Amino acid sequence: MELLNFTISRIHQGLIKKEFSAFELCQAYLKRIEKEDKNISAFLTITEELALSQAKEVDKMIFSKKEIPFLAGVPLAIKDNILVKDIKCTAASKILENYVAPYDATVVKKIKEQGGVILGKTNLDEFAMGSSTENSAFGPTKNPYDLQRVPGGSSGGSAAAVAANFSVYALGSDTGGSIRQPASFCGVVGLKPTYGSVSRYGLIAFASSLDQIGPITKTVDDAKIVFDVIKGKDPLDSTSFEVSLESERRKMVLEELIIGVPKEYFLKDMDERVEKIIRMVIKRYEEAGVKIQEISLPHTEYALSCYYIIAPSEASANLARYDGIKYGYSEDDSGNDLLAVYFNSRGKGFGPEVKRRIMLGTYSLSSGYYDAYYLRAQKVRTLIKKDFQKAFQQVDAIITPVTPTPAFKLGEKITDPLTMYLSDIFTVAVNLAGLPALSMPAGQIKDEISGLGLPLGFQIIGKPFSEDEILEIGSLFNNGLI
Amino acid sequence: MINKQEVKKIAKLARLELTDKEVEKMEGELSKVLDYIDKLKEVDIEEIGQKDRFLNLENVFREDEVKNDLMMKNEELLSLSPEEEQGYLKVKSVLR
Repeated sequence: MELLNFTISRIHQGLIKKEFSAFELCQAYLKRIEKEDKNISAFLTITEELALSQAKEVDKMIFSKKEIPFLAGVPLAIKDNILVKDIKCTAASKILENYVAPYDATVVKKIKEQGGVILGKTNLDEFAMGSSTENSAFGPTKNPYDLQRVPGGSSGGSAAAVAANFSVYALGSDTGGSIRQPASFCGVVGLKPTYGSVSRYGLIAFASSLDQIGPITKTVDDAKIVFDVIKGKDPLDSTSFEVSLESERRKMVLEELIIGVPKEYFLKDMDERVEKIIRMVIKRYEEAGVKIQEISLPHTEYALSCYYIIAPSEASANLARYDGIKYGYSEDDSGNDLLAVYFNSRGKGFGPEVKRRIMLGTYSLSSGYYDAYYLRAQKVRTLIKKDFQKAFQQVDAIITPVTPTPAFKLGEKITDPLTMYLSDIFTVAVNLAGLPALSMPAGQIKDEISGLGLPLGFQIIGKPFSEDEILEIGSLFNNGLI
Repeated sequence: MINKQEVKKIAKLARLELTDKEVEKMEGELSKVLDYIDKLKEVDIEEIGQKDRFLNLENVFREDEVKNDLMMKNEELLSLSPEEEQGYLKVKSVLR
């Protein structure tokens, strides 16, 4: 039996009916990773021992006829900026190369309680800063659809792992598109929850007012299953909210649904192939009876500038903790000078992109520039949020592209930071406004030269805490119901 | 735009040791990004007051009490540090 192409519910059924054991399933995935990941490099650490022991526990429960939760026995991968107790957590940085997590992140705790089987930790851009996974200190991940291309980033290892059938689902984090953009590039589903829906306790902080953990899955239905497990208020993250467990909302009636299409997300000079696919998706919804309405989000063109002030500013503060004293890489070649330990540990421990962002953030926050950069960016952020609030008075959800192009080639953008930043143009506004958004496969673009099909996603943006709604809208398309 | 002198000053504030080559590269790269970011100057922010906050955050309070299930052993955390001695983090001398 082919054990590697299953969804979460299919595995749940298979385990209950004893078609296969959790142990067999786990072994099948581990074997596949061992054989195939050398081509893709999705994983930084394989946690074989942990996975097999977790699988055995689940089999014991099934054997003693106990009811098992939905995620029990389901193999997953976790982005290497989310802490799993006693397992290395590197954030793909040299500065944390030998750091072993002393506790579980809240999302990991919840998945362990369900009996999840953790296969390993996945590659990312160092400290989640990047859009291609090329900024990893341990080498890039490749796109399973075309090994010459990037999987996207920063959760590139997680998206590639799901796309390559190395795991059933994965956890990622999204600060400016880091779940949605790789999901689009790898042809999988990615959910960036509302700011506060999911606890960030145990997530290595990048930009605390933007970061959010979310699932990367094969189907929209799986994304809902994982989201329902990891969501909710956590006393250890005071920005987390209790999301009502059972939605009280009425059943969705397609004919009453209004989807907004913002004109600012369809630029004159955009990639025609991308526009064609996204327009096709919108047409499918329209033909199913959904009302499509053109809307305007007038401050869209400022979102990226705003993001590249706020995110680096917060990062420069968050990354001040890496000083070569408490944990992580320490450069001890500095005589008897404490200050030199800080300078050298950080200078040698951080990679080029992390340094750039720390510099950019420190500059924006420094005396004399604060008003012109940071304060102004905060105000523009408010305007961006207001754009969405206004739009959501007229529409229930918004559909846009996720990325301006399909996956680009390794090395294509890495030498020019600004060009790389521009690949986040359709995703950053969602984080600035704290909204939930789903990225899901829309179709494929055929590469003229290689003849390979490259996946492309579309984005459904919802009102705060409307994850259930955007997932339902997405599942209509995903399940071929429209 | 940002010049080499400013790059060095910011690096000092950020506690980052940069090589001369890095400083030079950073000058060009940061200048390009800052030029792009300057777009924000076009935006009319007059209507946005100090009180208009982007997130509806409220103060969150909790009891100030020890939670045993969250306690980590001293040794566990100290074992992560590059240098320790007799249960303390060891650093270079601060006072001379």
